[in-house]
Amino acid sequence: MRWGIRRMHYNVPAGLYAVGEPTPESPVLVTANYKLSFDLLRRELSGKDLWLLVLETYGINVWCAAGKGTFGTPELISRVQKVQLDRLVKHRTIILPQLGASGVAAHRVKKATGFRVTYGPIRAHDLPLFLSNGMKASATNRRIHFTLRDRLVLTPVELVGAWKPSLVILLLVFIFGGLSGQGFSLQGALSRSLSPALIYVGALLMGSFVTPILLPWIPGRAFSLKGSQIGLLWALIASLTLASTWSVGSIIALFLIAPAITAYFAMNFTGCSTFTSLSGVQKEMRIAVPVIILCIFAGGIALMLDKFL
Amino acid sequence: MGFQYLRDVVTLELDNDKCTLCGMCTKVCVHGVLAIQGKGIQILDRDACMECGACAMNCQVEAVTVRAGVGCAWAIFNDWFKKTGVSEHQTTCSTE
Repeated sequence: MRWGIRRMHYNVPAGLYAVGEPTPESPVLVTANYKLSFDLLRRELSGKDLWLLVLETYGINVWCAAGKGTFGTPELISRVQKVQLDRLVKHRTIILPQLGASGVAAHRVKKATGFRVTYGPIRAHDLPLFLSNGMKASATNRRIHFTLRDRLVLTPVELVGAWKPSLVILLLVFIFGGLSGQGFSLQGALSRSLSPALIYVGALLMGSFVTPILLPWIPGRAFSLKGSQIGLLWALIASLTLASTWSVGSIIALFLIAPAITAYFAMNFTGCSTFTSLSGVQKEMRIAVPVIILCIFAGGIALMLDKFL
Repeated sequence: MGFQYLRDVVTLELDNDKCTLCGMCTKVCVHGVLAIQGKGIQILDRDACMECGACAMNCQVEAVTVRAGVGCAWAIFNDWFKKTGVSEHQTTCSTE
């Protein structure tokens, strides 16, 4: 499910939920209706008595929903009013995940509902301590990290997202392999497209799996620049193995196209990361996208010249 | 190396004349970019800002401003396509 398969059909109905046996004095936690978040929250809070107010974010997690405003001030205000929270609890505090802060203006919620918004820790795991600590999150609980494990669980999403365009590309590789001066032959397609297909799949994995894993250790700041280095390495490995018998023209194409593919998939990982800004990614793309297109185009010309001249 | 993204691109701005020192912006920032120092807010690490907009959103007096958005190549691709009218292609993250 986290892999993006049917993720959009996996949500919890918005509304008020009870964890344990809450009373009018129990704290109120607010979350999104993404099932993974909801389940994780309930697991971390088992044994506690409290209220859980689930907002309608269409199955999207808190951070992404806050980014586009569905986990936002209007939805929070209307949900608080809809469940008549002011009649249910005696206190006037609601606890939001810190990652929801980019969608919610605490002062406007206070003005409209009377409830004071307190931002809790980033991770559900730190919630019990936060609650027993008089609702104070330590500075470390307020910082986001991007651990190897975080990156590992996010890479499959990129791979799943890439399979459709990849099928088209592999089909093109197959057709191009079959073409020669004498027209198309199935025999030629089968024998000549295997290595390029494997090299493509390798470049895809280098960009959407290896680069994210090695991210902090690859020189450079732009994701595409990091990816292109891994892609060059892959081209070098391929030229010594799968492509060891290739002509000069094909090898040139290999060194142009493979790093471009890897750079492209590495660049797409920006959305999964926890530290890229809109201005930064825009700047990266204004340079990287034309370079990637140019490299693939030049590589294509090299392949054509090599095959038909 | 490490988790540092591009330098000198961030649009975060402060207006200490408006600031009431409530400290909300320092609490909501997940990268510890802002801090109260002396009689005002300071930007400790401008390049660490990811322009999520939480600080500006939670500032009552608009002392903190930033062009908020998501640092995601897919979202930007979508934006480009929408502007040129080429496609209404939607990714998982931007499906309403």
